Amino acid sequence: MILLLVSIVFLIVRVLPGDPALLHFGKQVNPKALAEVKHALGLDVPIYVQYYNYVVGLFHGNLGIAFSNEQPVAPQVLSAFPATLELSICSMFVAVSVGVVLGVTSSRKYGSRGDTIIRTFGVVLYSIPVFFLGLILIAIFAIGLHILPSGERISVLIPTGTTIFGVHIQTGLYTVDSLLAGNLGEFVDAVRHLILPSLALGLYISAVFLRITRSNMLEALSQEYVTAAKARGLKERTVLYGYGLRNGFLPVLTIMGLEFAGLLGGAVLTETTFAWNGLGTYIVTAITDRDYMAIQGAVVFFGIIVAIVSLVVDVSYAYLDPRIRY
Amino acid sequence: MKKESESRIRPAINFFFTLPRFGTGGKMVVIGVAIVSFLLVMTILAPFISPHNPNQLSVGPADSPPSWKYPMGTNRLGQDILSRMISGGPTMMEVALVSVLICFMVGVPLGLLAGYSRRMIDSSLSLVMDSIYAFPGLVLAIAIAAVLGRGVINLAIAIAVVYIPTYFRVVRSQVLTIKELPFVEAVKVEGGGTLNVLFRQIFPNVLPSIAVIASINVADSVITEAGLTYLGLGVNVAVPDWGFDIYYGYQSFLAGAWWTVLFPGLMVVLLAGGFTFIGEGLSEVLSPRLGKR
Repeated sequence: MILLLVSIVFLIVRVLPGDPALLHFGKQVNPKALAEVKHALGLDVPIYVQYYNYVVGLFHGNLGIAFSNEQPVAPQVLSAFPATLELSICSMFVAVSVGVVLGVTSSRKYGSRGDTIIRTFGVVLYSIPVFFLGLILIAIFAIGLHILPSGERISVLIPTGTTIFGVHIQTGLYTVDSLLAGNLGEFVDAVRHLILPSLALGLYISAVFLRITRSNMLEALSQEYVTAAKARGLKERTVLYGYGLRNGFLPVLTIMGLEFAGLLGGAVLTETTFAWNGLGTYIVTAITDRDYMAIQGAVVFFGIIVAIVSLVVDVSYAYLDPRIRY
Repeated sequence: MKKESESRIRPAINFFFTLPRFGTGGKMVVIGVAIVSFLLVMTILAPFISPHNPNQLSVGPADSPPSWKYPMGTNRLGQDILSRMISGGPTMMEVALVSVLICFMVGVPLGLLAGYSRRMIDSSLSLVMDSIYAFPGLVLAIAIAAVLGRGVINLAIAIAVVYIPTYFRVVRSQVLTIKELPFVEAVKVEGGGTLNVLFRQIFPNVLPSIAVIASINVADSVITEAGLTYLGLGVNVAVPDWGFDIYYGYQSFLAGAWWTVLFPGLMVVLLAGGFTFIGEGLSEVLSPRLGKR
């Protein structure tokens, strides 16, 4: 599947007009220098050879050489990834907790005014562009109230991580690194920087979870075993979470896997809004530089991440639902 | 001829007015249609109702806050934001409409084909569609838009590629059930050709679910368009556009001029929200199981 995606992206980038090697020159082009640049970038061979080289390189973890700064793409992408990962994890946490709680509440009050309000709230959340939500949050909490920072990942220094048994551990996740280094001040600072972006991205995605949780809870709550549990006089909370949510949660997990892709997409816009130095910012910079190799590399990397996440989700099914066996 | 067209339109109009009886879902559709029609009428009447020329520079002082004279304030170039809001719709609407049309013309026939044909075609088409579907849509759209360059059609293509798999999946799964139904079998026994069965028997029955997908898709396209414009991949700087105004107002916004971003943002939310309401409502009215995503 990843290979298919790579082929599509590769083709789109190659078939379209415009010679990337020309980007190295102004209006005056020296044919000899052009040929040299083309050779350096591996663009002087037929397209099928380029494709073969690229795919072979891919299996060696090589994403090609960026046109703009002539450095390998893979290390650049890898160093940008932890920022995006940190943001994604926190946002997913916000999204699932807000979405599931609101979804459960909405299904409990099915048809009432509370249900309508929550559903309308969901539609509005779904229709807000994530960067606009981010800007509103910045306006309120950073510019208006001055209680949270409006952008970037940390105020002072990048946390260094720690060295255990001679092995230096630095994850690139600032919250983890600062804790490893035992620096509480840095940790608090990193968390403060995380709050607004994760809230923006998380709330945006939570609309999807709200909808799914609500519809699945409604279905689960209409089952006979729920009526039976109620008839036995169990507490409403027990019935709701123990019987309803437990059975209505599996589809939510599926969506978690699927929405992770949406999350990474939304992360591009969130990162731009909050000057967050991750993969999203990397892609946007690559676009401005018209650096197709970097765009291609980042896109392929996104694809690999999504594939890994969906694999993890598939495997975790078997744990949550014993009826599923692989 | 006239009679036939009348008899087709009547039920549709009647259906619309009975919608509020369908509970929350029906009301949502009515609210959505009201919002979208309001924005459409506003866009059409824009040249007559906008107080200033939306492109005219220095109508008032730069970045001046909302006042009686400039109800929504002015932007960095001193342009009247109210006028820009009134005339900022067309680009976004065009892109959304064209992308939905592309999705419809590509996704629906492929879905029909995959659902109806044998394993080979079905599985290869599904594989391609699934790999696009699983991928972060916006990232793909960014990559395509960056390579294709500016323009309504290019932007629409970039957005459409992301959403074609959604149409494909919905249509395919519907065809899989419908093709086993007795009335389809009957037409086949009578000697109806494949094309006849596909387009005259199965296709009309898939239409309601396409309507749901399409209206949610319009909302998604609007948001995606705004996102691409925000990243500087928008259509044209010379035409007033809500998405572009958010992008452009960003600097003033950070300096405290909240109105430069708030109003264009609200317009995008209104347009996308209108279509989401229609989609959500329709999915509940037509079939409670549809439109989960």
